[in-house]
Amino acid sequence: MDVLEQTVTSEYKYGFVTDIETDTVAKGLSEDTIRLISSKKNEPEWMLNWRLKAYTHWLKMEDPEWANVHYPKIDFQDIIFYAAPKKKKSVNGLDEVDPELLKTFDKLGISLNEQKRLSGVAVDVVMDSVSVATSFKKQLSEVGIIFCSISEAIQNHPDLVKKYMGSVVPMTDNYFAALNSAVFTDGSFCYIPKGVRCPMELSTYFRINTENSGQFERTLIIAEEGSYVSYLEGCTAPKRDENQLHAAVVELVAHRKAEIKYSTVQNWFPGDKDGQGGIYNFVTKRGICLEEYAKISWSQVETGSAITWKYPSVILKGDNSIGEFYSVALTNHFQQADTGTKMIHLGKNTRSRIVSKGISAGKSQNSYRGLVRAGKNALNARNYSQCDSLLLGDKCGAHTFPYIESKNKTAIIEHEATTSKIGEDQLFYCRQRGIDTEAAVALIVTGFAKEVMNQLPMEFAVEAQKLLAISLEGSVG
Amino acid sequence: MTQSGRGWDEALQNHLLNFIIKMNMLSIKNLHASVEGKQILKGINLDVRAGEVHAIMGPNGSGKSTLASVLAGREEYEVTEGSVDFLGKDILELSPEDRAREGLFLAFQYPVEIPGVSTTNFIKTALNEKRKYHGQEPLDAASFMKLMKEKINLVEINKSLLTRSINEGFSGGEKKKNEIFQMAMLEPVLTILDETDSGLDIDALRIVASGVNKLRNENRAIIVITHYQRLLDYLQPDFVHVLLNGKIVKNGTKELALELEEKGYDFIKDELSMAEAM
Repeated sequence: MDVLEQTVTSEYKYGFVTDIETDTVAKGLSEDTIRLISSKKNEPEWMLNWRLKAYTHWLKMEDPEWANVHYPKIDFQDIIFYAAPKKKKSVNGLDEVDPELLKTFDKLGISLNEQKRLSGVAVDVVMDSVSVATSFKKQLSEVGIIFCSISEAIQNHPDLVKKYMGSVVPMTDNYFAALNSAVFTDGSFCYIPKGVRCPMELSTYFRINTENSGQFERTLIIAEEGSYVSYLEGCTAPKRDENQLHAAVVELVAHRKAEIKYSTVQNWFPGDKDGQGGIYNFVTKRGICLEEYAKISWSQVETGSAITWKYPSVILKGDNSIGEFYSVALTNHFQQADTGTKMIHLGKNTRSRIVSKGISAGKSQNSYRGLVRAGKNALNARNYSQCDSLLLGDKCGAHTFPYIESKNKTAIIEHEATTSKIGEDQLFYCRQRGIDTEAAVALIVTGFAKEVMNQLPMEFAVEAQKLLAISLEGSVG
Repeated sequence: MTQSGRGWDEALQNHLLNFIIKMNMLSIKNLHASVEGKQILKGINLDVRAGEVHAIMGPNGSGKSTLASVLAGREEYEVTEGSVDFLGKDILELSPEDRAREGLFLAFQYPVEIPGVSTTNFIKTALNEKRKYHGQEPLDAASFMKLMKEKINLVEINKSLLTRSINEGFSGGEKKKNEIFQMAMLEPVLTILDETDSGLDIDALRIVASGVNKLRNENRAIIVITHYQRLLDYLQPDFVHVLLNGKIVKNGTKELALELEEKGYDFIKDELSMAEAM
């Protein structure tokens, strides 16, 4: 009579579809598809060549099979690589955005209008393949910050894009990164000039709407010397029976004494309770602390996607630079997650910290995979990793794959891992105090994930906490 | 009938009140329960009225803690026969959380650790769940803090425990004090203290007992489950029941506890076997 065994349906509340006229290209991938995407975006020649080079390389690659996830081969000829909400002309202000789109984002709880000013968050929204609106551009540009879609950046800031795109995640890095480099359609671009502390949280909201389409966004953030930026991203998608592919690339560059804090709440449609549908989330995220005293911090709350394959990493090149990774990954029903990080210590006195909390429920599989490498010049490099897993019920799995490589004797690398189950004793203790099983599980899980939640910006933390509770709804009887 | 050393007037008042209401708060009739097919409770009968303190004593394995678990609704225990009426409701039909919300509180023998959940957050969640059940609005932060302050003084609990993860790294005494603190916050009608005295040094015992005494009033009843006399010295129960092999075999007043302390449980066993022989 294990109360945790009784599994019922949980509802994904972002599963609606927006009825909006969409400009899509035909299914399938070829050189022509790439030329078409590039021409639709009116891209310069160098960009198209970059894409084609990536495509040529991708054709020679094979998809990775080392991750602890299982899915049928992806048929790339069955995917739409470009889908954009139709607009009458270029959008300059929110007044010109399709009201249907605004409604969609209102429904998602993302207000694009000026009242957002109160909470101080600038938003870029990406629907399917294109960025549809970016708020607070003007206020940000006053302090020299560039915050726009990557498409705009290619047009207006080609030097920056040329210099940094592919510098952290080369187009040849891996199968999905190469694919993204060939077909990426939009994403956010952010440049913080020297000495500027970004006055508000920057955020991008990603939404997949069109059926059979894939989303391939690319984000590039550059923080110049002594600057600071906190960046948030959120993602949702409609419920569909077919799996949809999301293969993004995120690159972060932190110069001397710059700090980038990147937070994600990932809630792509996870598939239904029988494992039907859901997003394949194959993402390459990497940051580089290019010079000394730079700091990059990744925080993520991952509750969505049928399959997650994602390792936000930091290359600690500059001496005394710092990398952090805080993660909560929750899987329920038939979800599979293989997520973790890489901390590559190259510079002296570099430090990194990894805190990973995996929560598995239903019949899901949750793996932590992490690499800590200390190069031969990384004198006194220091890493601390902590990986905790919490199991709900006995049909799910939690796995930890830590890889540690040290090439010098002065490096200190620590790894701690625990696995626990929500105990019947804990549940009964809560219930005896009047807290029912579902509320008790939410309480226990939130407690388990607290250390990571504390890293999230305030506003996001509240949302993330609710999300954890919702994602577990129905995981217990 | 209630002579708890608080003076005759109050005792008389209670007596009259109980007489008028003529109702048992808790009425256990012929309760049989088993765990994993093994019969542990073999016909318990017990009536508890508001204002009373009942002690249940007995040797290890007699079924004392099983009785507490069955009343609180632990699912491993199966009730095979009998009934339990609490404030006019058949509580065996209620979920553990609803029993709690109706006002039944179990002070655990082994309070459970929940990492990352602060004592404050835990109690606040519990209190608001109870309020919701009774159709009340949740307490706002200010009122909750005010209530906490009031109760902290009552049970002499160290404030720093309230911000720490509940029961995690608490000493034995701190855990038990925390149970009594929760009792003070949740204001139950019926409290079951399940071997609250076990593992306590004499100072902690005195503090815990005085906390319980401060929470006693004519509307509340307490069932104290214990091996030993020492907690009863402080609590002065109205009735003492001896549980042996799943049955209440002897009822008495606090003097019975003293007698047990002196002679051990064997004298009751002897009495019983003599009675059987006759």
